[in-house]
Amino acid sequence: MDILVCVKRVPDTSENEIELNRAGNDIERDDLVYSVNEWDNYAVEEALQLADKTGGNVTVVTVGDEEDEEVLRREMAMGAKNSALISDEAFAGSDSAGIATLLKAYVQTHPQDLILTGVQAEDGAAQVGGMLAAMLDYPFASLVNAIEVMDGGKLKVSREIEGGNKEMNEMDLPCVLSIQTGINEPRYVGMRGIRQVASVEIPTFGAAELGVDKASVGKPAAKVERTDYFVPALGKGAEILGGSREEVIAKLIDLVKAKGGLK
Amino acid sequence: MVATTHSTEQIAEWFGLGQILFVTIHLLGLALLSYIIAKRVAPLLRAERDARFDRVFLRLARVLQFWVAQWKHPRYRGAGILHILIFGGFITLAVRSFALVIFGLANDISFPGAIGHFYDMLTDWSASVVFLCMIVAAVRRIVFKPARYAVPERYGRAHSADAIFLLGLIAMLMLCDIVYAASTAAAQMQESGATESLAMWSLPWMLYRALIGVPLPALLNTRLSICILHELTFYFLLCYRPFGIQFHVITSLFNVYFAKLDRGTVKPVRWGVENLDSVRYFGVKRFEDFTWKHMLDFYSCADCGRCSDNCPANAVGRPLSPRFLSIKARDYSFQHYPVFSKAATDGAAVVGGIYSEDEIWSCTTCGACEEECPLMVEYIDKIVDLRRGLIDDGNVPQSLQKPLKALESRGNPYGKMEKKKADWTLDKEFRQSCEVRIVDGKLKAETLYFVDSITSYDSRIQAIGRATARILDHTGESFGILGAAEKDSGHEVRRFGEETLFMQLRDHNVEAIRASGVARIVTSDPHAYNALRNDYTGVPPVEHISQVIAREAKSGNIKFTPVADDGAVFTYHDPCYLGRHNQVYDEPRYVLDAIPGLKRVEMSRCRDRSFCCGGGGLMLFYEPKEDQRMGVKRVQMAAEAGANVIVTACPFCMVNMEDAIKVAGLEGRMSAIDLTELVDRQIVRRVRSDSPAALTQEMSNV
Repeated sequence: MDILVCVKRVPDTSENEIELNRAGNDIERDDLVYSVNEWDNYAVEEALQLADKTGGNVTVVTVGDEEDEEVLRREMAMGAKNSALISDEAFAGSDSAGIATLLKAYVQTHPQDLILTGVQAEDGAAQVGGMLAAMLDYPFASLVNAIEVMDGGKLKVSREIEGGNKEMNEMDLPCVLSIQTGINEPRYVGMRGIRQVASVEIPTFGAAELGVDKASVGKPAAKVERTDYFVPALGKGAEILGGSREEVIAKLIDLVKAKGGLK
Repeated sequence: MVATTHSTEQIAEWFGLGQILFVTIHLLGLALLSYIIAKRVAPLLRAERDARFDRVFLRLARVLQFWVAQWKHPRYRGAGILHILIFGGFITLAVRSFALVIFGLANDISFPGAIGHFYDMLTDWSASVVFLCMIVAAVRRIVFKPARYAVPERYGRAHSADAIFLLGLIAMLMLCDIVYAASTAAAQMQESGATESLAMWSLPWMLYRALIGVPLPALLNTRLSICILHELTFYFLLCYRPFGIQFHVITSLFNVYFAKLDRGTVKPVRWGVENLDSVRYFGVKRFEDFTWKHMLDFYSCADCGRCSDNCPANAVGRPLSPRFLSIKARDYSFQHYPVFSKAATDGAAVVGGIYSEDEIWSCTTCGACEEECPLMVEYIDKIVDLRRGLIDDGNVPQSLQKPLKALESRGNPYGKMEKKKADWTLDKEFRQSCEVRIVDGKLKAETLYFVDSITSYDSRIQAIGRATARILDHTGESFGILGAAEKDSGHEVRRFGEETLFMQLRDHNVEAIRASGVARIVTSDPHAYNALRNDYTGVPPVEHISQVIAREAKSGNIKFTPVADDGAVFTYHDPCYLGRHNQVYDEPRYVLDAIPGLKRVEMSRCRDRSFCCGGGGLMLFYEPKEDQRMGVKRVQMAAEAGANVIVTACPFCMVNMEDAIKVAGLEGRMSAIDLTELVDRQIVRRVRSDSPAALTQEMSNV
């Protein structure tokens, strides 16, 4: 089974102190460190495990510029055989529909059995996966937390629904799935692995290679424009429970029950 | 005077037959032993390289200390003395046995003159002592059953039957020696009315007195059959040795000779390989990835259980017992490299096979096991090698992945920003009392204070950094820090098996340190101290702050005010990487004892038997499977010793101790303080020349 995983390079929320820039329309990007969007790591791990079981290749793809090669390399160090960087000056400023259009063009020129994305990007809107499926007219499932390959080109897919419950679906291939964290335990990518793929040539695909009409993507075509970021005003402070340990436990149980956390 | 029932010819014929029989047993025994040993050496030849052929005289000296003089044995008083007696007896008797083996059967081997006489007496005693020791050892095994010999269920059946069988064999051998000596003497007495005297009150002597009245033919028969029995037992035992814990009798000499010499270091990924890019994979994945010395360790383990008895991970119920790291690998080796059939190596993964992942991540590398092992078996290098293999496979606990990634991108496990590395110096009150410079090539200093991640970023531990800086300032030291240019020392990164990341951190730091132009380094973190001292090369000499304080206190440069609290009883907890790994035991104690009125007690486990607090660096992020925290056990030990203040000299110990005091419910009754904090509190401050007090002083002088 040939699997495509769409990944994104994002500022690492655990290793940065995120601040707004002066204009208030973006975050301060000096001194940021980036990493692979957390959900995408789970998607790559799942793809590697599926490819291990069924045979076939895993390709990682991202839309961006040279700086984004870093995440492709990291996922290759993890085990992905192929990678693709979708990059062209004309693509800058694309909205989610623009990104989905580019990915669709890649899939049409490089057919896949299965396409995985993360549920969302840490700095994104959780839209691309669904849009890509719709554009390709493929079946789509979001919040996937288990995948089982069945006979006859079908998948059994488990989705996470309210309250940690699971919903089981059977789906035809090819399809698009957005992968939820916790579906597996992504393997560690060591420095040695990263060094080994440091000089691997990463194929780049521009508008010409993909056969994309430049007018359909990029800033001019974007129908959604980000206009503002703001930090919400601080709410009421946390409540600190007082009393003996037993009293605190009793109060806590009451509170959790009242909010529906315990039945 | 020859016996009535047998003619002289007959007896001569018997001796002739006996001689042939002996030679046959002798040659068969030797052939079999050579074959078995060759089979046991086979996996060592397929193992990884190991550099153990250097520093011959140092190694010989260590053989004298640890093998001949049995240096570590008395650490366990009873068993140790028993072992020394058995070892001494064995060595004495072995001289004759090997003479027999080498010279064959030149009838009776004896040394000439007074030496020979003395040696014979010595063997009488040796045989007696070893025989009695076997009885004592068997009683210990059967009746007293020391806890450290027990085999937990998950590791299979108990080993006591094997042990007792072995004791029985040795006892049998000794008994043969005793009966042989006694019957020979009794026969000589009857034949010639005189005999070589036996050692008085030894077992052969007592038996000789009992046998003196037995008819000569019976004595000669006994002598002959006991001789054959002795030979059979001797060769059986010799050939049986390479099949279990008794193998150490043969391997121990080599294991001690080839033992690791450099404390605090970690073995390279592959010995003798300069360019690591050419290595197919890192670490130990298959059994054959161990070095030959590490395989020799497996053979040499005597199953005495001292390592696990001292292992803090084992004590708190983590799934790790160093003893079984060796035993399981030896079992694997015996199974896959059998003596009587072809080697059947399966190349199976050792972690996931004989070891579990949790077992390998459970080790804090505290070194208690290695400190204790009388046979110098190594564990930390094996653990690190196994972790390297796991890292290479991407098999790392989720709890460690975030800090490792943060170390890669930010140079510290917390993912904090580099530019905030020196923020601990910005405390307002602190800045008034002490100024910390950042040495960046432009601003120079004599001494570098290497702060490391936890002291730079952890809000509680920053206090240790400030105390250290104030102490250095007090001593008049021209010192500075690297600030944002300093990355994590990588000490735990290396010990958790992420060698490539470690090398990146090390190379960065070495360059930054050299660029700073400092002449020496001081650190308050024993892990950084060990990294700088034993993992890095090409950096100026490094000292731990406790060594600096001790020196300054000795010279009178630092003076202390008396301890204010009358009820305070202090105890010093030895951090593993200051104590065991770097042998700094006395300086911190000297400093404590230099503080007037300070009452200090020792915990029963102190100095080289110190009990790990729970581990530092990445170990703080790891979520082990355990019944109890190591720190909790440690603060309870402090309480048992009658202390209510634990002094330590390591930031990680501080984190673990303060947590443990809360978990143990000892808050308010027990506290922890770093040596630097205590010194900073008790130091008699010189009046600064520019302070108002000094000005008044000067004015009044005028």
